[in-house]
Amino acid sequence: MLRQIEGSRAVAESVALCRPEVVCAYPISPQTHIIEGIGALVKAGTLEHCEFINVESEFAAMSVCIGASAAGARAYTATSSQGLLFMIEAVYNVAGLGLPVVMTLANRAIGAPINIWNDHSDAMAVRDSGWIQLFAETNQEAADLHLQAFRLAEALSMPVMVCMDGFILTHAFEAVEVATQQQVDAFLPAYEPRQVLDPLEPVSIGAMVGPEAFEEVRYLAHVKQLQALDLIPEIAAEFAESFGRRSGGLVTPYRSEDADTVVVALGSVLGTIKDAVDELRDRGERVGVLGVGSFRPFPAAAVRQALHGVTRVVVLEKALAPGAGGILATDVTMACAGVPVSVSAVIAGLGGRPITKASLTRLVEQAAAGALEPLTFLDLDRALVERELARMASRRRSGPTAENVLRDVGIVSARVV
Amino acid sequence: MDAGGSLFQVRIHGRGGQGVVTAAELLSVAAFVEGRFAQAFPSFGSERTGAPVMAFCRIDNARIRSREPIVEPDALIVQDATLVHQVDLFSGLRPGGYVLVNSAHSFEELGLCDLERITSPDRLVTVPATELALAHTGRPLPNAVLLGGFAALVGVVSIESVAVALGERFSSVVAEANVAAATEAYRLVESEREELARVAPD
Repeated sequence: MLRQIEGSRAVAESVALCRPEVVCAYPISPQTHIIEGIGALVKAGTLEHCEFINVESEFAAMSVCIGASAAGARAYTATSSQGLLFMIEAVYNVAGLGLPVVMTLANRAIGAPINIWNDHSDAMAVRDSGWIQLFAETNQEAADLHLQAFRLAEALSMPVMVCMDGFILTHAFEAVEVATQQQVDAFLPAYEPRQVLDPLEPVSIGAMVGPEAFEEVRYLAHVKQLQALDLIPEIAAEFAESFGRRSGGLVTPYRSEDADTVVVALGSVLGTIKDAVDELRDRGERVGVLGVGSFRPFPAAAVRQALHGVTRVVVLEKALAPGAGGILATDVTMACAGVPVSVSAVIAGLGGRPITKASLTRLVEQAAAGALEPLTFLDLDRALVERELARMASRRRSGPTAENVLRDVGIVSARVV
Repeated sequence: MDAGGSLFQVRIHGRGGQGVVTAAELLSVAAFVEGRFAQAFPSFGSERTGAPVMAFCRIDNARIRSREPIVEPDALIVQDATLVHQVDLFSGLRPGGYVLVNSAHSFEELGLCDLERITSPDRLVTVPATELALAHTGRPLPNAVLLGGFAALVGVVSIESVAVALGERFSSVVAEANVAAATEAYRLVESEREELARVAPD
């Protein structure tokens, strides 16, 4: 049934429909409503045969998921930002052990300076951990991706992270079709573990591996990621057939067939980009969009194919690799190796900075005119930056940058943009 | 945004604890009930009771894709009149836009006559929502009451749909009291607009 609900609610109900047997999480904004929602469903008895385990930290949350999954239970958790960093050792372990844990990452910036708002720094911090990372554009897709995530995770015996923009999606009310139990049961079979801790057939999981075989074990993890490149579109196609709507997949092109300039991005900003592209199309500009649904594994072949014939690619990303530049842009550049296309990275929306259609329209026009630098920062307050650089140059003890910049801009809590 | 289309954008201002975010969500549900597309989302600043808070609601006949904050609202709901001279409430208000303020005073008394340069006086309405909320619900939460006033002022959603949204969200006792308060606000705004239309020169 189509309902007007909060994104977190849609995800909580969708996860519950997947019949997890262990849910263990520690609350952190903006993930909180998801976990509260699942907790309430367990308490009310709506989600049966599920143990909701309260722990003292994210490290414990993921560790419990490891134990639960290794014991053969379908395990789920959710986190954001610093919470993800706090569990990062266990995050790598889940992938290394090949356990099909599913986690929602309600994307949020990483401090310092502390910031509760949305960007993709947290997802990028674990991009090499071995997890599959799927990005949702809408709350409908966020809900649907969880059903696909359990299928994918359990088919390959590897963990899947569903990334959804914190606040922008988690706290947004919009229409979402939440599946029925019957539909989900037909789509997602009962969990059949590839490896399980069973007292009747004892095995050990988590052996130490030395130089004699470590590279091979790592290579096998890479092979599993490559297998996911085939499986993600298969599962998305099956999902579309079963549920009558398209969600997920490796990449999603929009008006890019005859485009000279294409904007590539992850997550909810794709909606605003599409609005900007429609406006530019109305003015006769040949521009398009490419949404990347699967960031890990990175669908290099699909990206390369989707960008065939394009002259300029603008990779808009909500994360920055300080000292290097774009992260997604690097992957896109690799995917386009040998193709005569210019790739520009645009860093945007850090720490919840709104990405407006007006700024996007200007940006794409600039790109289409070939006037975009290889690395730019959308709506950067250059004067503010220059003033802090001047303070730092003028004296040794210029003090903490974050505080200086805040003092410089004054009170901002009441500003819309 | 889509000036010529069916998109209608509402920005709600208030203070933490006044149900600003809930108001935007309820408005989106009311629009959804009428078969329209709607999107409500908060702008979290300082998450403290009493701090200035904003929430947004977009309503359209077509699917809504944009995720940007509402910078050019068609309507503003101000849940706390003490924000009027503290926060840049009217930033980006579209010419001919609507403003509904929770106050027992007039726009003139609030020192907001300047707004008449942006829009016509019959689109600037105050309603004593806190007083109405206290009378009907026993609590000073103006959010649902203002939605009743909003339905009368703008007509983008009906008072019946607001009542459905309240009924879905709250227990029957709380919902009924809020529906009664919202309905009274609806009638007050309706008669206030009729009055303004009568005195307005052609």
